[in-house]
Amino acid sequence: MALLEIQNVTRRFGDFTAVDNVSIDIDAGEFFTLLGPSGCGKTTLLRMIAGFDLPDGGRILLNGEDLVERPPERRPMRMVFQSYALFPHMTVEGNVAFPLQMARTPAAEIPAKVESALEDVRLTGFGKRYPHELSGGQKQRVAIGRALVTHPSVLLLDEPLAALDAKLREEMQIELINLQKEVGITFVYVTHDQTEALALSHRIAVMNKGRVEQLDEPSKIYGFPKTRFVADFIGHINLLSGSVSERRDGVVTIDVAGLGAVRVATGSQPAVGSRGTIALRPEKIHIGAKTPSDSADNQCRGTVAELLYMGDVTVYKVATPGDTRIEALLANSQSGRAKFFEVGDAVEVSWAVDAGHFIEE
Amino acid sequence: MSVVAARTGSRLGRWLVSGPPTLYLIVFFAVPSLIMVLASFRTPGEFGGLAPLVEEGKLDLNLESYARFFSESVYAQIFLKSFWYALLTTLLCLALAYPLASLIARSSKRYRDLLLLLVILPFWSNFLIRVYAWMIILGPNAALAKTVNGVLAWFGHEPVPLLFSAFAVLVCLVYVHLPFMVLPLYANLEKHDLALLDAAQDLGANAWQRFWRITFPLSLPGVYAGAALVFIPAFGIFAIPDILGGPDDSLIGNVIKQQFLETRDWPFGSVLSIVLTVTALVLAGLAAWVARRNLGAPSSAKESRA
Repeated sequence: MALLEIQNVTRRFGDFTAVDNVSIDIDAGEFFTLLGPSGCGKTTLLRMIAGFDLPDGGRILLNGEDLVERPPERRPMRMVFQSYALFPHMTVEGNVAFPLQMARTPAAEIPAKVESALEDVRLTGFGKRYPHELSGGQKQRVAIGRALVTHPSVLLLDEPLAALDAKLREEMQIELINLQKEVGITFVYVTHDQTEALALSHRIAVMNKGRVEQLDEPSKIYGFPKTRFVADFIGHINLLSGSVSERRDGVVTIDVAGLGAVRVATGSQPAVGSRGTIALRPEKIHIGAKTPSDSADNQCRGTVAELLYMGDVTVYKVATPGDTRIEALLANSQSGRAKFFEVGDAVEVSWAVDAGHFIEE
Repeated sequence: MSVVAARTGSRLGRWLVSGPPTLYLIVFFAVPSLIMVLASFRTPGEFGGLAPLVEEGKLDLNLESYARFFSESVYAQIFLKSFWYALLTTLLCLALAYPLASLIARSSKRYRDLLLLLVILPFWSNFLIRVYAWMIILGPNAALAKTVNGVLAWFGHEPVPLLFSAFAVLVCLVYVHLPFMVLPLYANLEKHDLALLDAAQDLGANAWQRFWRITFPLSLPGVYAGAALVFIPAFGIFAIPDILGGPDDSLIGNVIKQQFLETRDWPFGSVLSIVLTVTALVLAGLAAWVARRNLGAPSSAKESRA
C-alpha cells in the first residue's frame, strides 16, 4: 500500500475546475514532484494534501486513513512555503522549536532536537539570529529544518526554491536531494520548473488544466512524453505533426507539411492515415555542412535562421525550404572553436529513425 | 551652480521644511509649558491669577504649591483614581477594538473602507454633543435604565441610577476613545502575512495558539500605539466626568480645571498639570521601552520586510 493515496480528487472554484479527478499513489521515501504551468492545479492539490483545502470529490488517504476529518494541525505532514513563512518575532531556534512546543515535547528535549535539525540543514550556530538577519538560502533552510524537526511522514514543498537566484537554486537542489536521502522522509514537491523537477524527483506527475497528463520517472517523461503537452512543456523540442502514410517493421512514416516524409521508430501501431506527432529533442539532431556518409534515416537541407550561443552549447534554428523550423543543439566541445555556423550558412540536419518519439493523436 | 551654493540651497530647503513645525512646537508647546512651569513656582493672586513676580524688589518664587500637593493626600488619591480609570478604559478599549480591528483587516477590500468609515464616523459630530447624547441614553427614562432596573427588580434589587455614576463615566470614556485603539490596531493587523498563520497551523498550532503565539506578539506595536493614544487623553480628561459623573467621580482633569476656573489658584493648577504631564510621559516612555524589549531585535519595519 502506498503511503499517500490521492483517489479521484476533484476541486472546483465556481465554474473553474482546478483539480479534475486526479489519482496518484505516492510511496514512502519517495521524492515525488507535481509539475505544471501556473494554474494547472498543482498548488491546489498540495494545499488539499496539507489540509488547507478540502476536495469536492474523492479522497486523500495517509497510511490508509482518510484525512478528511483532520485539520492541518492534526496531519502528520509539514509544508514548506514559497515565502518561507518564518515567524519574524522568533529567533531561528524559536522557529524550529515551535512545532516541538505545539506537539508538547518535554522542554528538556527541545534544545537537542533543535540543534540536530539545524545540523541537518547546515545552520549550526545560527540559532540566535532573527529571520531578517538571514540570507534567502538560509531562510529556506530554516523553513525546511522547522518542517523536519518533528519527523513528519510527508514533507510538502511549494515551489521552495522559486525565490532564490539560479546559482543558489542549484546548490539547494543538491542539498535537497541529499537531505531527502538522509532523513528518508517522503517529499511531495510542487514546481513549474521542469529542469528542477527532472533533477530532483524519483517520479513526476505532469499536470495540465487540473489533470495529470503523465506520471513517470524523469527520464521517461523527458524521453517518452505521452502527450504533445508534456513534450512541449518539458525542455526544448521539435514537434513535427502529420498523417501516417506507411507503417512497416515498427517504423512509421509521416508526411509532415513543409518537410516531407519523416520516419520514426515506435512501439505503437497507428493506422495509416491517422494523425500523429514526432517529438524530437534538439540534442538528437545532427547538424553539419554535409550529411555524414553513413546516410541517416531522416535528413533535410536548410539555412541557419537564428542561433543562440549558450556557452556550453549552441542552439541553431534551421529553416528548411518548406519553411519549417528545426531546432538543433550542438555542444561547443571542440577546442578552439566557439561556434560552428553563422546565420545564413547552408547546413544539413539529420537524425536517426529512433531519435524521435511518436505521439498518437 | 557651485558646490557651496548648492549646499547653501539645500540648507535653506531644510530650514523651509523643518522650520514651520519647529516654530509651531516652540510657540504652542515649549513656551506654554515654560509659562506653566514658571507659574507653578509663583504665588496665587489675591483675586485669582498670579501675584506680581517681583514684589518689593524681591523675586517671588516658592515651592508652596508643590508642598501642598505632596502634603495633602487627597490629590495623590485622585491621581491614582484617574490612573485606574485610564487603565481600565485602555484595557476595555483593547478588548473591544481587537476583534473589531481583526474583522476589518480580514474583510474584503469593498467592506473594509466602509467599516473604517463607520469607525471614524463619530468624529464628524462634536465631542460634547456625543457626550451629552449619553445623558439621554443612560437617563432614568430611557429604555436602557428601565430594562436594567426591571431585571434588577425581578431579583428583588433596588433600582440603580445609570447616569451620574462611575459606570456612565467609564462607558463614555471607552466609547470616545475606541477609534483611537481600533485604527492603529487595524493598521498593524492589516499588514500581517497570512502565510504565517497557515505555517503555524501546519506546524501543529490550534486557533488559540495561533493567536497567542503569532498574531498577538506581532500586533504588539499596534497595541502599544493604541494604548498610548487612549491612555494619555483618558488620564487627563475632564469633560466626561463633569457631564456624566456623580460628585465622587471627579478625576484629575476636573481638579485641574477647578483650580484654574473656580478656585483660581493658578500655581497649584500648574503643579497638578505638570505632575500629570510628567506621569504620562514617564508611562509612555516605559511602554516604549517594554515594547522594544518584548519585540526583541526586529522593529515593525523589519517585520514587514521579513
